[in-house]
Amino acid sequence: MKLIRMKYTKWFNISRDGLSKNNPIVIAVLGICSALAITNRVDNAIAMGIGVTFVIVASSSVISLIRNFVPSKVRMVTYMVIISTFVISVQMFLEAFFPNQASELGAYVGLIITNCIVMGRSEAFAIKNPVKYSIVDGFANGFGYMFVLIFIAIIRESLAFGTILNYRVMPEGWTNWTIMAIAPGGFFVLGMFIWIFRELSNNFEEQV
Amino acid sequence: MGNLFEIFIGSILDHNIALAYILGMCPLIAISTNLRNAKGMGLAVIFVVTLTGIINYPIYLLLQRFDVGHIHLLIFITTIAATVQFLEMFLEKFFPKLYNAFGIFLPLITVNCVVLGVSLFFVNRAYSFAQTAAFSFGSGVGWFVAIVLVAGIREKMAKTSDVPRGLAGRGIVFIILGILSLAFVGFTGMASIQ
Repeated sequence: MKLIRMKYTKWFNISRDGLSKNNPIVIAVLGICSALAITNRVDNAIAMGIGVTFVIVASSSVISLIRNFVPSKVRMVTYMVIISTFVISVQMFLEAFFPNQASELGAYVGLIITNCIVMGRSEAFAIKNPVKYSIVDGFANGFGYMFVLIFIAIIRESLAFGTILNYRVMPEGWTNWTIMAIAPGGFFVLGMFIWIFRELSNNFEEQV
Repeated sequence: MGNLFEIFIGSILDHNIALAYILGMCPLIAISTNLRNAKGMGLAVIFVVTLTGIINYPIYLLLQRFDVGHIHLLIFITTIAATVQFLEMFLEKFFPKLYNAFGIFLPLITVNCVVLGVSLFFVNRAYSFAQTAAFSFGSGVGWFVAIVLVAGIREKMAKTSDVPRGLAGRGIVFIILGILSLAFVGFTGMASIQ
């Protein structure tokens, strides 16, 4: 009974929107750059997913906190400054505690600033909604992003290196698919993933 | 000089910023529905990327001198936004024809990852000023090539091919990009960029 009532609350709707109905990568096709460039290893995908989730949640909550004071003309600049502050803190955190990941992700950590998902959530949601909903929305979109990233990374890493998180999963004598470790592999896997996801969720794009 | 040329060619073919580093995908997918818009966006990117690369280099040196290199992200993104804004006003005043050709693409560039990406790459690779200029210009041209290729293919496909429902619209672009990027892998080893 409780579960049925849950279905109609705003919390549930916001989370469902972020995770599946309007999944930032699969349905809205945003934030593709990082989703493809760093998903050849599962650990990189997890690090990136957590970083992006943190930046979305933090910047959405700050922006929705100050939404009544910011004049609408300078709001873009305000987003940029707030987002880059959090991205710099993510970068410094990674460099201090996970130097390996930081060097592998390289410039892509800095590029979280231009990840359209972060900017998109600020503009589409946080500027109009109270803090508590913005935080839920940030988490939902962050996790929606992270789960696609991890899924792609699992496929790519197991085919390209025969491992998942450095544990061997493929049998002895497995020939590594080098193509999966470089850019084309990412494009193909994401294309296939979008196809399957849309086919299963029955969510198609209108032909323009 | 030979080295500069190598970096320029390398950043167009071998290390194409769109097809090998996968940057600037959002605008590439959104705007590549027809060839004319794609050309406009591509030209605007060449212009802005070259300009911001050249402007950001001395700024980074200055930041390093005062030992605040870690805030370069914040400074770079501000510089880029300011450059785009300034360029928009400058073109509107003095070259209205060019301004009309760029249209709405100029303001969109602020959030194009190519621009910030190029600035971050030259920091990571410790380029000299001339190398930065060659690399920025080459990356802009590389992105232009990529978006024009994709737009050409999409324009033809819209008339002739029968795309499965789940892939229709933006999904099929990934398959096109994958095949293109596979073709560009063939250039590997032509020019070294590091």
